[in-house]
Amino acid sequence: MTELGNPMAGSKAVAGPIDLHAGRVTIFRRQDRLFHGVTQFFALSVLLTLVGILLSLGIEAYPSLSTFGTAFVWTNVWNVPDEQFGALISIYGTLATSIIALLIAVPVSFGIALFLTETCPTWLRRPLGTAVELLAGIPSIVYGIWGLFVFAPLFAEHVQPHLQAAVGDIPVLSGLFAGAPMGIGILTAGLVLSLMVIPFIASVMRDVFETTPPVLKESAYGVGCTQWEVVTRIVLPYTRVGVIGGIMLGLGRALGETMAVTFVIGNANRITGSLFSPGTSIASTLANEFGEASPGLHLSSLFALGLVLFVITFLVLAASNWLIARGRAKAGH
Amino acid sequence: MTLSLYTRRVLTNRVGIFLSMCAMAFGLAALLWILWTLLSNGFSALNWAFFTQETPAPGSEGGGLSNAIVGSLLMLGVTTFVSTPIGILAGIYLAEYGDRSRFAQITRFITDIMLSAPSIVIGLFVYALAVATLGGFSGWAGSTALSLIAIPVVVRTTENMLKLVPTALREAAFALGAPRWKVSLAVTLRAVKSGVVTGVLLAIARVTGETAPLLFTALNNQFMSMDMSQPMGNLPVVIYQFAMSPYENWQQLAWGGALLIALMVLAINIGTRILFRQTDLKQ
Repeated sequence: MTELGNPMAGSKAVAGPIDLHAGRVTIFRRQDRLFHGVTQFFALSVLLTLVGILLSLGIEAYPSLSTFGTAFVWTNVWNVPDEQFGALISIYGTLATSIIALLIAVPVSFGIALFLTETCPTWLRRPLGTAVELLAGIPSIVYGIWGLFVFAPLFAEHVQPHLQAAVGDIPVLSGLFAGAPMGIGILTAGLVLSLMVIPFIASVMRDVFETTPPVLKESAYGVGCTQWEVVTRIVLPYTRVGVIGGIMLGLGRALGETMAVTFVIGNANRITGSLFSPGTSIASTLANEFGEASPGLHLSSLFALGLVLFVITFLVLAASNWLIARGRAKAGH
Repeated sequence: MTLSLYTRRVLTNRVGIFLSMCAMAFGLAALLWILWTLLSNGFSALNWAFFTQETPAPGSEGGGLSNAIVGSLLMLGVTTFVSTPIGILAGIYLAEYGDRSRFAQITRFITDIMLSAPSIVIGLFVYALAVATLGGFSGWAGSTALSLIAIPVVVRTTENMLKLVPTALREAAFALGAPRWKVSLAVTLRAVKSGVVTGVLLAIARVTGETAPLLFTALNNQFMSMDMSQPMGNLPVVIYQFAMSPYENWQQLAWGGALLIALMVLAINIGTRILFRQTDLKQ
């Protein structure tokens, strides 16, 4: 600081136009350094949030993790009165709903992206693209209330009995669709989730599809390929890294979704193997129990659940970002 | 029946294109169905009492959501006020100083992840940070959680917008002897003003409907309260509680609240697109 201070002092002593100018440069330089520091500090705040989340969840989860050890992750019990806690039931619900969501969302998103990049008339691209993105903007609680009051009753009355009748006594499938058709349950949660992640997957797919060099597509059309062949054999292989990234983004979203799932999953702490039966996910367990949990092992176990959820989604999203960035970088070459 | 190779290819193509149109129709149908449900169930709830009366006690008639609306607006206001400068300055850092530095690359990567991180975990974090240590649920804690969700949105849009500014514009300002901070704030940031405003608005839209992080931070308040250091009523949590309740007038209010939130979010989303298209044309 003294180095910087000296020329300032000098400029004040010898008041001349040139020295004044030199003083101003010093002030500018100092302001720049300050500006650099301030902006860097705020950029750092994002990193600090991440570190803070990991630290605070780790500290709060410690009593539970030290009691149950790593077995916490694969223990199939969640018993509040007896203070026995394991994450398996919630992890199962989280994964089951997310996988159902992806099974539906990936083909539909592919169709939407194909339509928007290839077949859609140019004047319709913008409004239709906007409509799909609006689906992403609808708050998750709206999906939840819609799922509970509108979708679930219809699903219970018109779809579930037919599904059960259709699979009949086929060994594995009849187990998946066993139980009373109540409307709410793991399958319903997965279906509502699929609607929520479609816009995310579709918009990434559309973006990476557009990075395919026109020359490639035109040469394929030139040798007589159909639109379907161009998309599945030229565009899709060329953009597969980005497409996988988009799917991972959807998965990351689905894993952590809270409100929509809480409304329709049924919130039952058990694994039955049937997709019709109610279950629970990590996020919905947190939403349901955290407010009423007494301090101690129960609260600590909920924090441990949160930590598990955060670590899983972090890894999925990190992989997704890396893949999407690689998929987009390819376009630059 | 054997089809020629050509016929089979044409048929495959037709089926594929048809299915892709079905997928598009499915997406649109879902959007319209949800919007229709909201309008048909929620519109009748939006009356004068909805905006002027407080949330009703269990079993009592009538009532509105005035305390929740005021609480939500207050917390959204604080969130905007906090996350806008932090997000914009961090975005400036990434765009202007962070070209090759390792620190900036990591920050960018983490910001992208935080954009999609589960919001309920943010709620847990703020609970552990503020609620458990500072003694209780409060509007401040709710705003903190919402800000942590909003900041990454502002950071990323600001950075992306600033990267669109041509280098020549920066160089011209530097050549006139302007210091770096002045170039950043008065030249480049001003050039992409509408884009940055869009980012802030999208961040507000994103947090408007966030419920999960408010459950353990702002909690709820049955009465009108402007005191940010106390538990505070807010629309998302009230919608959640009222929708799950057995009372019909509560459920009716929940539909009204859901409609109100969805309309606000959609208005911001569509509004920013129009705002942004106009600047596209100007450039």
